[in-house]
Amino acid sequence: MREVVVLGVGMTKFGISDLTMKEMFALAAIEALEDAKVAAKDLEALFIGNVLGPFEETQGNIAPFLAAEIGLPNHAPATRFEGACASATVALRHAALMVASGVHDLVMAGGTERTTIMGTPLATKTFAIGTHSEHEHFSGLTFPGVFAMVAHLYSKKYGIPLPELKKSMARVAVKNHANGAKNPLAHFRKEITMDTVFNSAMIADPLQLFDCCPFSDGAAAIVVADAAKYKKYVTKPVYVVGTGQGSAGALFHQKDLTRMAAREASVKHAYQEAGIGPADVDVCELHDCFTIAEIVATEMLGFFDFGQGAAAADRGDTSLKGKIPINPSGGLKAKGHPIGATGVAQAYEIVKQLRGECGDRQVEGAKIGLIDTLGGDFSTVAHVIFRRDS
Amino acid sequence: MKEYPLTYTAFKEGLAQGRLLGLKCLDCGALFTPPNGTCTSCGGSKLEKTDLAPKGKIKTFTVIRVAPAGFPAPYVVGMVELTDGPFVIGNVLELDPNQAGMDLIGKEVTVGHKLFPRNEAEGGPEGMTLTFTLTN
Repeated sequence: MREVVVLGVGMTKFGISDLTMKEMFALAAIEALEDAKVAAKDLEALFIGNVLGPFEETQGNIAPFLAAEIGLPNHAPATRFEGACASATVALRHAALMVASGVHDLVMAGGTERTTIMGTPLATKTFAIGTHSEHEHFSGLTFPGVFAMVAHLYSKKYGIPLPELKKSMARVAVKNHANGAKNPLAHFRKEITMDTVFNSAMIADPLQLFDCCPFSDGAAAIVVADAAKYKKYVTKPVYVVGTGQGSAGALFHQKDLTRMAAREASVKHAYQEAGIGPADVDVCELHDCFTIAEIVATEMLGFFDFGQGAAAADRGDTSLKGKIPINPSGGLKAKGHPIGATGVAQAYEIVKQLRGECGDRQVEGAKIGLIDTLGGDFSTVAHVIFRRDS
Repeated sequence: MKEYPLTYTAFKEGLAQGRLLGLKCLDCGALFTPPNGTCTSCGGSKLEKTDLAPKGKIKTFTVIRVAPAGFPAPYVVGMVELTDGPFVIGNVLELDPNQAGMDLIGKEVTVGHKLFPRNEAEGGPEGMTLTFTLTN
């Protein structure tokens, strides 16, 4: 396999946007191309994450329209990847693999999503189509509901009284909002306290509003290329050194919701490919769709023992200056979650972190970064590991 | 070509007759439901229809307070471990959602079902969910 280098990244401000999905993507893609110092006409393929476009803007088959927006040539294939919230990471992984395998030399991956025009009831309904349509959908299970069940099970399994666990969860929200306040592209740029969480509306017991990430609009793009040919284009090269992707069936067949077999298999593959272990990771953007989701993810990625993620959050191990800084961007919680764009936005943050371009939220000396993205109820999970030259 | 081992339609018809149908893997012996094309434990395709006991214990739950369009909140969703081993998801009924607390975990339940008529406006098949009623 060939070495894959990241040439450029771009990302819109996340939040509520008046721009269409195509307009947002154009802005992110053009920024990525300028960062990469390459032209759209030279791109050989486009890999797009988009989940709810058919509901949001009655737009299916969005990839070729996005290709046309930014000026890809007619001979360049443009393909939409749909893996629920993990869509963009799946797209990026396939982009990197196509370069690594020698099919293409220069490609773009990205994602775009405009969730907020749907309104909360339609958004909640359409997000929930990621559950099993015959055997889960009609229970009225929502994604907050899935992670609410994770929280109750975590409390029971590890003997942590629910009020104590809720404090650990609130600390995750406080940390990610503090990080988001330092990120000019974040949806929410205000710090909160634990009381902000405890005083917010109950969404799915025990998850309150501030345990949950928002619905956001936004787009992100990344240009990856064959390092041998394109490394000279960048002064601070960052490489894709490992990827993974896992799949699992319906939630009920997965049984123990505090463990996710697809995630554990995927990250293991990515670590092996990169030739590293969790202790080598300097910075991580992971799928904190809910506060409890961050706690269990830090365990499954190998940063903490199972059952110890809550205590690690309490100790501040995951803060910017902690043992393993998690979600310096503010994460899905504060940076926002335009689902089909999220994975490449995570990659944007890690690339900027490894280049040392993150200002107040910079993780000092970061060399190796991991992104972790979860789609559906733990059914699609993907990882990408990045590394810079020392 | 073989027949699909236990179709969604047949699974629902079983529920309508008060039966909780599942599949037994003739390779590894695992019992599972809801149905799947192959064994959820070993991937084997030699499967036999079987009746499962419609009872189990609540493993975890939540109270949905912000619901998708068409689902009147609040309501309780639970995951139940059947006495025969499989885990299933459904609604916990006959319980005030505001009284649902951690003490629900471990409680014994009887499994039933609820049907949803086909949504003519939006298309899609008739739906169903399993339901759980606390024993005693």
